[in-house]
Formats: sequence, C-alpha cells, structure tokens
Amino acid sequence: MSSYKEKDGAWDLVIGKGYSAKNYWKDLWRYRELFYILSWRDIKVRYKQTVVGAAWSVIRPLLTSIVFYFVFNKIANLDYTGEAPYILMVFVGMLPWSFFSNALSESSNSLIGNSNLITKVYFPRLIVPASSVITTLVDFAISFGIMLVMMAWFRFVPGWQIVLLPAFILLAFICAFGFGLLLTALNVKYRDFRYIIPFVIQFGLYITPVGYTSSHALQKLSPGLHWLFQLNPMVGVIDGFRFCLLGDPIEWQSLLNSIIISLVFLILGLFYFRRMEKSFADNI
Amino acid sequence: MSSVVIKVEGVGKSFVINHEQRERYTALRDVVSQKAKKIFSFPFNTKPAVSKETFWALNDINFTVEQGDRLGIVGRNGAGKSTLLKILSRITEPTKGTVSIKGRVASLLEVGTGFHPELTGRENIFLNGAILGMSRQEIKTKFDEIVDFAEVEQFLDTPVKRYSSGMYVRLAFAVAAHLEPEILVVDEVLAVGDAQFQKKCLGKMQDVSNNEGRTVLFVSHNMQAINNLCTKGIYLKNGQLILQDKISRVTDNYMSHGETFKTKEELHTKIDKAPSDPDFELLDIEMFQNGDEVFSSVVNGKPLDVKIKYKLKNKLTGFRIFMDLCDDSGTVIFRSFHDEATDGMQALEPGNYTSAVTIPNDILSPITYDLRFLFGIHAIRMVQPMEGVTIRIHVEQTGNYNKAYNGQYTDGKICLSLPWEIIKKTN
Repeated sequence: MSSYKEKDGAWDLVIGKGYSAKNYWKDLWRYRELFYILSWRDIKVRYKQTVVGAAWSVIRPLLTSIVFYFVFNKIANLDYTGEAPYILMVFVGMLPWSFFSNALSESSNSLIGNSNLITKVYFPRLIVPASSVITTLVDFAISFGIMLVMMAWFRFVPGWQIVLLPAFILLAFICAFGFGLLLTALNVKYRDFRYIIPFVIQFGLYITPVGYTSSHALQKLSPGLHWLFQLNPMVGVIDGFRFCLLGDPIEWQSLLNSIIISLVFLILGLFYFRRMEKSFADNI
Repeated sequence: MSSVVIKVEGVGKSFVINHEQRERYTALRDVVSQKAKKIFSFPFNTKPAVSKETFWALNDINFTVEQGDRLGIVGRNGAGKSTLLKILSRITEPTKGTVSIKGRVASLLEVGTGFHPELTGRENIFLNGAILGMSRQEIKTKFDEIVDFAEVEQFLDTPVKRYSSGMYVRLAFAVAAHLEPEILVVDEVLAVGDAQFQKKCLGKMQDVSNNEGRTVLFVSHNMQAINNLCTKGIYLKNGQLILQDKISRVTDNYMSHGETFKTKEELHTKIDKAPSDPDFELLDIEMFQNGDEVFSSVVNGKPLDVKIKYKLKNKLTGFRIFMDLCDDSGTVIFRSFHDEATDGMQALEPGNYTSAVTIPNDILSPITYDLRFLFGIHAIRMVQPMEGVTIRIHVEQTGNYNKAYNGQYTDGKICLSLPWEIIKKTN
C-alpha cells in the first residue's frame, strides 16, 4: 500500500494500541449530548412510578436519621452543643453521606448495568459513571428540600455561611466521583467488588460523623488516633455542611485532608479508569 | 476520483485463554489464591500454576476501503468478523496494528441498543439516536420520517415494553436506518425482523450509499443480501483475510468453501446441529439410482433421483431450494431451482414436503463433484442452514459417454452423450 502515503495528520482517527488518548477529551465533549441523555434516562426511569421513586429517596435518609437520633441522643446520651435540634444536626450530616453512598453504589454498578451499551457502541466510557453520579444529585436535591422543611418546622435560620455550601457540594461530588470511578473500573475486572461496596457503605455510616459530630469523636478518641478518624474524606465534607447550615465550628485539619484525599482519588480514579477503559468491552 | 477512507494495517486481536480458571470473569479471590499458590508452590514446583494460551481472533489483517464502497464481510461463525467490526467501531482495541479512518463512523452492531423498556417510543427514539451518535437536532428533524418508517404513530407514547416484538424491532431499525454518518458499520442486524421490513431497510441503506456516497461495511450470513447491497467484499477465515475482491467473487468463494459431506451420518449430524430457523427445517436428503439408495458414489449410466425432505413451519411465499452442481474447485456447473417449473412464486402452506428431481443419466463426468443445496425465501433471506448442505459425490463411468473408447476420460466437467451422425457424402 505504498502508493497511498499520507501523514497521520490527514486521518480523522487512528485506532491502535495507545492511540486513543489523543482524542479522548475532544470526544468527551462531542458526546456531551449522550451524557445528558443517559442522565435523563436514569432519572426518568427512576421516577417513572413517581410516588414510589420520589418517596424512597425521602424515606430512607429520614428514617435513618430518626433511628440515629434515638440511638445516639436518647440511648447513648450524646449532647449536641449547637443551636439546632439534635435531629436536624443528624439530618444535615445524612445529606452528604447518603449522596456519597448512593453515588458510590450507583456508579460502581453503572458499567456492568450498561454492559449492553459497552459491548455494542463506542463512546467515552467515563460518561456512564459520571451520569450515574449526576442522577444521585436529584435524590440529593429532594432530600435538601426535606431539610428546608425541617428547618422551617424547627424555626431554624442558617447564617451567612450558607453561601459556602456549593463549595462543599462540589467537594462531596469530587469525593464520590473519584471513588466511584476507581470502584467501577475495578468492578468490571473483579466482580467481587459488588460485595465489598455495600459493606464499605455500611461500615462508613458508623465511622463517619453522621449520627454524632466530629467533636464528639475527637473528644472520645485518644489524640494519637485523631489522624485515623480524619483520614475519612467525608468527615471534612460533613463538617463543612454543618458549618454552612448550622454554624458549627469546622476542623481545618479534616477539611484539608478531605480536599487532598478527594483530589488524589479523583486523579487516581481517572487514571485507572482510562487505563482499564480499553479492555472494558472484553472483560464485561 | 477515489479516496481511501479506511486503511487497516496489520491488525490483530488476541485473547488469553486461561486453562485453569474457567470463570467468565476474574474474581479477586481467584487472583489472590493463584498468587498464593505460586508463592507457596515455588520451591517445589517450577511449572506455572496457570497455563495460558494466546488465541488470535484476528491476525495480520490488511485492507483498504474507498469512499462510497459497500464492503461485505463474509466468513463462518468465529472467523473474526464481529471482532473486526468492534475494532473498527472502537469498542475494543486491537492488540497490534493500526486502523486509520477518515470521517465519522457510526456502528450498528445490534438493533435497539440501549432501548429502555420503561420509556415510551418517543423517548427511546431520542435515547437510541443519541447512543448511535446522532445529535438532538438531527433526531428532531428526522423524527417524523423515523416514525413514518417504523409505522408506530399510535404507540409513540406507550412504553416499549408493551410493544409487540415486531413493533419493537421496526422502531429500532427505523432509528438506525436514519443514521447519516460518513461510514456506517453494520453487523448481522437484519437477521431479526420480518422479511418485508428487512427489504425496506436494505433498500434504505443502498439509497444512502448510492445517493450520498457513504461508505458501508456490512456483515451478514445472508449471501443474497450481501450480494445485493455490497460492491466489494472480504472473506475472513480463522481470523485471517483470505480474499478481497468483487463481492460476487468473494461470496462464490465463501459458498464453495463450506464443509462437504461424504457419508450420510455426517449429513445427519450436520442437520441435527444446524441452528433452528423460524420458518424452515431440513429433514433429510436422499439419493436413489434405480430404486437403490446411494450417497457419495454414483454411476453416470443411471439417472440420479434426489429427494429433499423438509418442513415448513409457516406459510411461505417464494420458498426456494437451489441445487448447485459444482466441480471440486467450486465452479458452479449449473444451478437449478426446485420451483423453476412452476408459474410464478408459489405460496406453500406449513407442513412436511419432499422436493424431488432427477439428474438424467449421461450427464455427470466420472469426476468428483460437490452437489450443494441452499434454501431460501426468494428475494428475502436464506434460511438455516445458512451455508447450505454440500454432498461430495464421486461418479463412476458406466454410461454411454465415449462408449467406443471405454469411456476414456477427457477432462470434461460434464459428459453428454450427444446424438452424432456420420453421413457419407453421396454424389
């Protein structure tokens, strides 16, 4: 085929080992409509039987919050020094946690759940876990509405710090997305992550200050173990939420850890996902 | 002026077959236990715990496609056709080699990819369109055309889970048929759906390619569809490209490379193993000479009676059996249709049938032939077994041909005993 010689640049696309990286981010932009439509599909399907779908995302965090309120406040006699009622404090912590845990479980199953697409059509695979995290933002928005109702009920008005809330939502998003990417890629290759994730989420609910506050934990733990507690990136996120909505003090060490760990895992997740992406169709 | 839009250079794709571990996917526990086994067995056993074998699904494939070509890809199951399409549509990465492409590629490897049963017809059109690479705007402008093509207006706002399977397939086809990329890659998607609609889709693809100069790559086991649609072809066998040529040459070559049967047992095994077809089932092929059943060795001094027994599962119009007599290099010497004596296409009721034909004596040469039977529905599709049934027959000379010289073989592919006359001029 020497009669037809052209520079690589004349081709729109060159497929081969290691060639795909060049166009990846451009492709991601080109497929943005698919991204909207997949998110839209997930939301639509989820809320198709509207009453059940919407109610579910309200009932779960609300009931868990009530149980936590009884266990930690009434039974364990933990005291909350902030101005807000204990149950509101629990619910504010539950907001980012349930977003994180839903995003993690949705995104880690997203590739396998969409295996029919992965094996039949090309698109940047990153779209699939990303759109499933976006979908869980809808649940988050609904829960957020419930929180506003609760605040009105308790006649609690948040302070000026509420303007910083979007930054913490972003942090929660980055945290969930980074871990989600890593887990979804691992899940394709090693299916036992399917069993690990629910365990991690259940475990995480107790080591994360949802039913109690960070200051409770830091008081009870010996100072030598504080770093272990603060290694959990969701500690900083939840502290941030309580800072913005309830005016609680914020532990800077936790926040810094949270930002660093979330970013590290986002980069790690992206890197690992991109590396595994080419073999998804063969492994799924 | 022609320009190359796809250039495939030395493409190969390998899979590692793991002989010890037979799970469909890797589980972490297996990896851990394998590693542990390796560590602990190392001092005593130097053989690896897992024996691995590399299997090349595609190896060293080179070809080019020019703009406006309609390239048919043929080959038996497992020849690597689908893997090749998956590489071209970027679903999997080749292990070696490169593919260079000019223009946008859309691939249609399955009908209704991503259709969601809970969503309505309207919603699924947008979803499926986006998945196949259409923009929202593009879908909007073609929406009416798609709905028209699919004939589902009344059910647009019904969830597709309530659609009949025919409606579902029609809608899915309709979206795909309105894709307009520069290069369209189509796998065996026409194997489903009713015949009339298949024809409509083939016609649509042909139009798009003819009128707008689009390039189409098409995989099918339906040789008739490939012959009708494509201009050029490639033939893959065991992951290697054997032939790239005009489509008719490629399909002829492919058809003549099928397996041949030398014993009745082989034929029956094949018939039993053939994939089931919704319309047709081949029951048996029998051959007789003077009332005695024969199979692979026949004589040319007696007529050869061929009886093909089959079952039609549905009412079929234009059902057709092709009988090809080929020489051992695959050249067709003649083709005969079982319905060629009838007037127009017949509509046959479901039931068991026998089609019988006689090849007269003094026609076959004393050589080896492949007698091939193909089954199809005229202008619609071939039925299972797709590649037909080929029986190898050895002919023994007993007839009148070349009698004076004891039937001395003269290299003819057929030997007719023609009525010569020898007349002496009297004047």
